[in-house]
Amino acid sequence: MSSQILSSEAISKLQAQFPNSISMIGEGCQQALLIEDSKFLTIMGVLKNDAAYQFTMLSNLTAVDYLDHFEVVYHLYSLNLKHTVTIKARCPADKPAIWSVMSIWASANFQEREVYDLLGLEFVGHADLRRILLPEDFEGHPLRKEYKLSAQDERRRVELCLKPRHTP
Amino acid sequence: MPKTQTYTLNMGPQHPSTHGVLQLELELDGEQVVKAIPYMGYLHRGIEKLAESRTYTQFIPYTDRLDYVASMGNNLGYCQTVEKLIEIEIPERAEYLRIIMTELNRIASHLLFMSSLAIDLGATTGMIYGFRDRETVLDLFDMVCGARLTYNYIRIGGVADDIPPEFIPATQKFLGDFPKILEEYHNLLTGNEILYYRLKNTGIINGKQALEVGLTGPCLRASGVDYDIRKVESYGIYDRFDFAVPLGENGDNWDRYIVRMEEMVESSKIIAQAIAQLPEGPFMAKVPKVLKPPAGDVYHRIENPRGELGFYIVSDGTTKPYRTHVRRPSFINLQALDEVCKGLLIADVVAVLATLDPLMGEVDC
Amino acid sequence: MQEVIGLFAISEILRGLLSQYFSNPQWIDLFMALINLGGILTVISMSAIVLVYAERKISAYMQVRIGPNRVGPWGTIQSVADMIKLMSKEDIIPDSADKKMWILAPVLLFIPSAAVYAVFPFDRQAIFADLNIGIFYFIAVASQSTLPFLMAGWSSNSKYALVGGMRTVAQMLSYEVPMAFSIVGVVMLTGSMRMSDIVAAQQHGWFIFLQPVAFVVYMIAAIAETNRAPFDLVECESELVAGPFTEYSGMRWALFFLAEYSNLLAASAIATTLFLGGWNGPWLPGWLWFFLKIGVMIFVFMWFRWTFPRLRIDQLMTFGWKVLLPLALVNVLITGIGIYSYKLFS
Repeated sequence: MSSQILSSEAISKLQAQFPNSISMIGEGCQQALLIEDSKFLTIMGVLKNDAAYQFTMLSNLTAVDYLDHFEVVYHLYSLNLKHTVTIKARCPADKPAIWSVMSIWASANFQEREVYDLLGLEFVGHADLRRILLPEDFEGHPLRKEYKLSAQDERRRVELCLKPRHTP
Repeated sequence: MPKTQTYTLNMGPQHPSTHGVLQLELELDGEQVVKAIPYMGYLHRGIEKLAESRTYTQFIPYTDRLDYVASMGNNLGYCQTVEKLIEIEIPERAEYLRIIMTELNRIASHLLFMSSLAIDLGATTGMIYGFRDRETVLDLFDMVCGARLTYNYIRIGGVADDIPPEFIPATQKFLGDFPKILEEYHNLLTGNEILYYRLKNTGIINGKQALEVGLTGPCLRASGVDYDIRKVESYGIYDRFDFAVPLGENGDNWDRYIVRMEEMVESSKIIAQAIAQLPEGPFMAKVPKVLKPPAGDVYHRIENPRGELGFYIVSDGTTKPYRTHVRRPSFINLQALDEVCKGLLIADVVAVLATLDPLMGEVDC
Repeated sequence: MQEVIGLFAISEILRGLLSQYFSNPQWIDLFMALINLGGILTVISMSAIVLVYAERKISAYMQVRIGPNRVGPWGTIQSVADMIKLMSKEDIIPDSADKKMWILAPVLLFIPSAAVYAVFPFDRQAIFADLNIGIFYFIAVASQSTLPFLMAGWSSNSKYALVGGMRTVAQMLSYEVPMAFSIVGVVMLTGSMRMSDIVAAQQHGWFIFLQPVAFVVYMIAAIAETNRAPFDLVECESELVAGPFTEYSGMRWALFFLAEYSNLLAASAIATTLFLGGWNGPWLPGWLWFFLKIGVMIFVFMWFRWTFPRLRIDQLMTFGWKVLLPLALVNVLITGIGIYSYKLFS
């Protein structure tokens, strides 16, 4: 049996449970649930633990810089019910912070650190939020749109990256 | 009572068995591991950022450089994601060729895993044998696309070129020899007592923990979780083939080794079926020269030899993607390292690292 | 014919030559001793060169490769080229190393591995010092090589080297015990620790047939003593980079290498002497037999090395103390019963 996108009944049930916090965006394979900030962690917890959803796997976690706001994207998968769902959450560009889902899915650890590193999003509640790919003293967050690639900057950054990163 | 204290051992980035440039900070009590913290980023090239200034087609060679021992899978994952975005039909022949290539690449990748595991355990001869037979597969790829490691063969809408006439006989010969080759490995490595006792019951991670830390691919299946994207998603035409998903029981190093060895057999079955069913016809769909996908975002995942490889692409309707994200299995599998390594000896850390099989090109992206 | 090219005969001819120039027999003895010493040192240093080449060719043969084939015909002088390279390398001494100990370690390691050659019976009457405690001397001197490993590991001030040094001590101490007990069986049969007596006792039957268990135990313990795979936990490049040798380079590192191959040769020579009848053999001269048997033993050692994966440290210790030692002890017991009942019934 091939896996399905979370059925519309299940989505409307979830929407009924949390009125005004969940909105649907996109359609087809691009369908996603946009969750408001206030009940974010509660809804994520329900998605993982409720028997109707059972999203035990956090398949992918990433974020996109839309200039005026950041959008964090979660791709969840349920091993038992074989369905997927895309969750999106937004935060304003001037206050780049969002709840960490590490307490729900421990596997979010590295992915949240990566987003923190490359996009500069603060994950509130993350146990060990450090840069993961770039050196500790790297300036800026390369995946933000304001970060432009230029040859001279690149050379300087390469030199910076050649330094030993971590010495215990 | 003498006072003892732990010490840190800095393993890597220049270390013979960290598979590239991974740095491990081991906190040790004598030879026992208290804590294992991975530090990565030594190979970070900013591929996700580079994607934003390349067209959709131009990005395919960059995917070769992610998991560079299974580039066909990367090509496939990326191209299928873009195809999902622009919604094009792929010719039948191209679909079959894609399957043949990715499965051959899975065999090559698992052979490399076996070789590196053997050398990490000190069995140098096992390594050479694995490399010898991987060479045959690389020669097949060389025949098809002229490259042995970075193929750039699977393109948006099909494949780059049709296979040469000598490819099918050569592949069939390899498939015919493959059971004998595997038996040789089983005689040399699997049947070896020392190897068995080195791997059995070390580096155990059960299914629940494995899901918790986000393991995917053979590592997860070795813990007994039946999760193979070829089955659950049936991307491409995988639903047309008859193959089993090998599962482990304990999730120890031994299971991770055996699961991969069995996966090679399953892959060879898929290739044999695909060759038998291979239809004639075009190998490339009609794809516009300049790709302008509609605005939107799409996530697509495939089963790569190291686990779930996902591509997330955001398009703003122009010729270049607004954002490309790669969900790299090696990177996320590394989260399990600390969990698995606790209480093991240094020698076992090396074995665990070999069976988790992270590839630094993919970890650092 | 055997008498003419036997080592003893050669030394007699040399002695005759020297007597033409020196009248004082003490001078002749001194010169003969120097020649012997030179001969042994040549054997040791040449053996490393030959064995490295042999090891590379044998491993290549086992691994479907070709091996060295560029320098000289079939790559035969590859080892010489390597030696020249090692000699011309920069001598790097780590800043934080304990310099005196660090410099001393490779030299100290080389001394015992050369000193054991004093008691090897190369041919009939061709033995440097035929001690009445020959075997005991071998065990005692060979065990001295434990200390330099620890010295090297400790003084390098590197964690890899230290762990490697610690492992060496644990491994070599625990494998000396089964090794000594496996040799006890042979000594019981001969009733002597003198090397020439042991070889003479095997004129009609090799001890490998009387003491098969002791031979197996000796072989395994000898591999562990010489730190070769599957017991090469000391160096194990995939875990500890190079163990105690991590910080060494150039000629100092080469000394470790030399000592390793010299130890390998010594272990094979002892196996030949104790179990394979030493220089006993028909047709060919004794020393040729001796080296032929050594060659076979070395091939077996190399065969092991290129076939097996490496053990883990705890498995190594368990194997040594819980399997090999009881086996060697039981062997001693059975040998004793055998000797006693043989005396009783004959």
